[in-house]
Amino acid sequence: MSTVVDGVGKAIGRADDRAPISSLLKDNLRKVFPDHWSFMLGEIALYSFIILLLTGVYLTIWYQPSMQEVVYHGSYQPLVGIPMSEAYNSALHISFDVRGGLLIRQIHHWAALFFMAAMVVHMFRIFFTGAFRKPREFNWVIGGSMILIGLLEGFAGYSLPDDLLSGVGVRIVAGIIESIPVVGTYLLFFLFGGQYPGHDFIPRLYTFHVLLVPGILLASVGLHLVLIFYHKHTQYPGPGRTNDNVVGFPLFPVYTAKAGGFFFIVFGVTVLMAAFVTINPIWAYGPYVPDQVTAGSQPDWYIGFVDGALRAFPNWESENFLGHTWSWNILIPCVLMPGILVALLLSYPFLEAWITGDTREHHLLDRPRNAATRTALGAMAITFYGILVINGANDIVAQAFNLSINQLTWFTRIGVFVFPPLVFIATRRFCLGLQRRDRDLLMHGRESGQILRLPHGEFIEIHTPISDDEKAVILAKRDIAPIEAPPATDENGIATPGLRAKKWRAKLSNAYFGENVKRPTLAEIEAAEHHHHDEVAHEIDVLHEAGAPIPSELTD
Amino acid sequence: MTSTSVRRNKATGLVVLLAGLVITGVGYAAVTSTAEASVAMYSQTQIDQGKQLFQQGCATCHGLAAQGSSEGPSLIGVGAAAVNFQVATGRMPMAQPANQAPRKVPVYNDDQIAALAAYVASLGPGPAVPSDEDLNTTDANLAEGGVLFRTNCAQCHNFAGHGGALSNGKYAPSLMNATPRQMYEAMLTGPQNMPVFNDKTLPPAEKRAILKYINELQTAPSPGGLALGSLGPVTEGIFIWTAGLGALLAVAVWIGAKVR
Ligand code: HEC
Ligand code: HEC
Ligand code: HEM
Repeated sequence: MSTVVDGVGKAIGRADDRAPISSLLKDNLRKVFPDHWSFMLGEIALYSFIILLLTGVYLTIWYQPSMQEVVYHGSYQPLVGIPMSEAYNSALHISFDVRGGLLIRQIHHWAALFFMAAMVVHMFRIFFTGAFRKPREFNWVIGGSMILIGLLEGFAGYSLPDDLLSGVGVRIVAGIIESIPVVGTYLLFFLFGGQYPGHDFIPRLYTFHVLLVPGILLASVGLHLVLIFYHKHTQYPGPGRTNDNVVGFPLFPVYTAKAGGFFFIVFGVTVLMAAFVTINPIWAYGPYVPDQVTAGSQPDWYIGFVDGALRAFPNWESENFLGHTWSWNILIPCVLMPGILVALLLSYPFLEAWITGDTREHHLLDRPRNAATRTALGAMAITFYGILVINGANDIVAQAFNLSINQLTWFTRIGVFVFPPLVFIATRRFCLGLQRRDRDLLMHGRESGQILRLPHGEFIEIHTPISDDEKAVILAKRDIAPIEAPPATDENGIATPGLRAKKWRAKLSNAYFGENVKRPTLAEIEAAEHHHHDEVAHEIDVLHEAGAPIPSELTD
Repeated sequence: MTSTSVRRNKATGLVVLLAGLVITGVGYAAVTSTAEASVAMYSQTQIDQGKQLFQQGCATCHGLAAQGSSEGPSLIGVGAAAVNFQVATGRMPMAQPANQAPRKVPVYNDDQIAALAAYVASLGPGPAVPSDEDLNTTDANLAEGGVLFRTNCAQCHNFAGHGGALSNGKYAPSLMNATPRQMYEAMLTGPQNMPVFNDKTLPPAEKRAILKYINELQTAPSPGGLALGSLGPVTEGIFIWTAGLGALLAVAVWIGAKVR
């Protein structure tokens, strides 16, 4: 026995001399990961992705990507004898005649919703804490792209079963493609291999769904993780945490154990949901037939915002404008709007860095309040998105709350312009208020709520100093000065190149930092503490002279 | 599929369509006569009693002779089926003027409803209350009913018969509480925003197939577990963002707190 072990050990040693895996492992296993629940959001996305890969492979064994017409003879009675595509037939077969098939289908679909939701929430964390700042901008771009790719992947999956809901979705997407000016129709013919619907689309979507996109996603996830490893993890401000260290647990064994445990929890929750809660009951929708449609035809939630915009947009069209028909009613809400949104999303780190002029590396996270304008922008974007998502479900909302779809449409049309700016203003003021409160905490301590009446009749409130931990968190705030507009000419009287852009930048920068509350300097805090000391001493004196008892809060 | 078989399919489709038209045309002639000749089903006492009930409970809106008023439409020629549907589902008498009369507990008992129907039927020919044979679905084809339901009803009532919103605050109600007779009557009379599916557009055999399918929707267990209201991806999205993500976030917070 021991000789075997020895042998293995020697073999490993020999292998290690050539490929220094153990030292590589040793270095990396000791990598430190800080700990916070919000750092596990990305993990939820990662684990859902793994679940998707595993269950997806199971589904490919029986799924038939074919639009060939067959007649159903499986065990779901209400569809027996009905002509349908082979794709739908096979999805029904998986649901009713493959052992565990329905469970796996439901795990796959719930995991898809989890995957997207977790990515989005993970993105919120990154955004609101400024984790996307240098040097992590590129990882933000990868993350944002994965959301976009995940969205397309989800749409492709949703379309594969070729049920009534899938078909309506594909029909709408075909319309969106057609709305693209000039090339739309050609593009549609190219993608569908001829007229919609044709017989090529499902097989093509299948390759896209099981091969191309999972490949791209896998590579992106890998790169994403490598970059996290390489940059090391960011951390929240706190005692002992600086921009130059990482405080936390070693990757091995603490972090791996926790991460492994969490994987099984994510998996368990997904399986429980799939076992007890229906998702995408394709049998109830029936096969796709172009002249059928059901009330409540919606995409999965992550595409809802596009549907919401489409439902709200006025019915504008120009016939024969520049020799073409322009369907503004589809082009703007379904192509331009999402396009702009994605462009803003992917470029945000660079836009912000340009406006702030902040080129330093950041490893310490921002508290959202300390980046008031960014936080407000994020809240504004979420509001915009949220209104569109709700409008995407306008018929269900109308039905559930006894409202009128027409009123909801108008609410959306107006609200999508009115509410985001209001939310922006409110969030920004709220953040600035918190900044002010932090400043007061540093300078004067916390209001204890205890009022003391001095013998000469004056009322004072006793302030207790905050703990060192709290202080460390607040002190981590770094104030950046807004960019100044350059003079029109330099000292030699030569006009500054690109003056207009620079002026704009200065304007934006001032607007961005505008009313930021400066963190008091250490000297100011010390002065305030002295002052506080003096005040307390004075109060004790007064009380003493009057022969009044001295409360313990003052003497501590 | 090769192009010849496509063409062949098209040709067969045309033949089927023509055959369908001929059959429904002939069927219609036979059926309408039975459906509308049924005033004789009611006795004069029933008609008299119905008239009395009508003048007490319905005339304020529909007029003393059911000729209609600004508060309610004329009922002449709507037939016994319309009255039975409206009163047996509790829609009539309408409580207060509203967007749409909702389904509620009926105010009249079966005899009174029959009397009201008799009275309105006596005013002019209209669809009769469907008989028990009309509702007998033993020979009806369930799967065909599903196709017909998805073609004719699902766009308003949703794929699972759970209802949906229409424009301007109107709605197609859930079909989960409707009896087969009420379904049949709804198709015959097209209440409110619902189109009329007379025996020409939807022959009785097809109506029965639809009844069978709705009955399946009402009674069959959901194979996938909890159906979340069978409203499609919206409730699924709400579920993942609340229950699903909520559970995982709770665990994440718990793990995060555990170690610190
Ligand atoms: C408060 C006014 C009001 C009262 C009372 C009322 N109705 Fe109506 N009725 C309406 C209105 C308005 C409509 C049309 C809108 C609708 O169908 O909901 C209607 C529609 C109907 C219809 C459908 C007509 C069609 O074209 O299919 C029938 C049948 C009917 N009522 C019967 C009755 C009977 C029977 C009573 C008495 C038991 C009654 N109503 C009492 C207001 C009223
Ligand atoms: C254009 C939309 C539309 C279509 C299509 C439609 N309905 Fe309706 N249906 C309605 C509306 C609206 C009502 C409510 C009428 C009222 O409240 O007076 C209704 C009511 C009903 C009711 C009464 C439900 C109850 O519980 O009282 C039944 C049953 C019904 N429909 C069956 C059908 C069937 C079967 C089909 C297909 C053959 C169908 N409907 C097609 C809109 C529609
Ligand atoms: C990020 C990754 C993925 C997402 C978001 C995703 C999403 C989806 C969705 C929403 C469906 C519809 C399921 C239904 O309700 O029937 C689906 C179906 C399907 N997916 Fe995926 N999927 C992913 C990865 C994969 C992978 C990696 C494979 C295979 C290797 C795969 C194979 C399939 C198959 C075969 C179907 C059709 C089977 C059926 O509908 O019954 N998927 N996918």
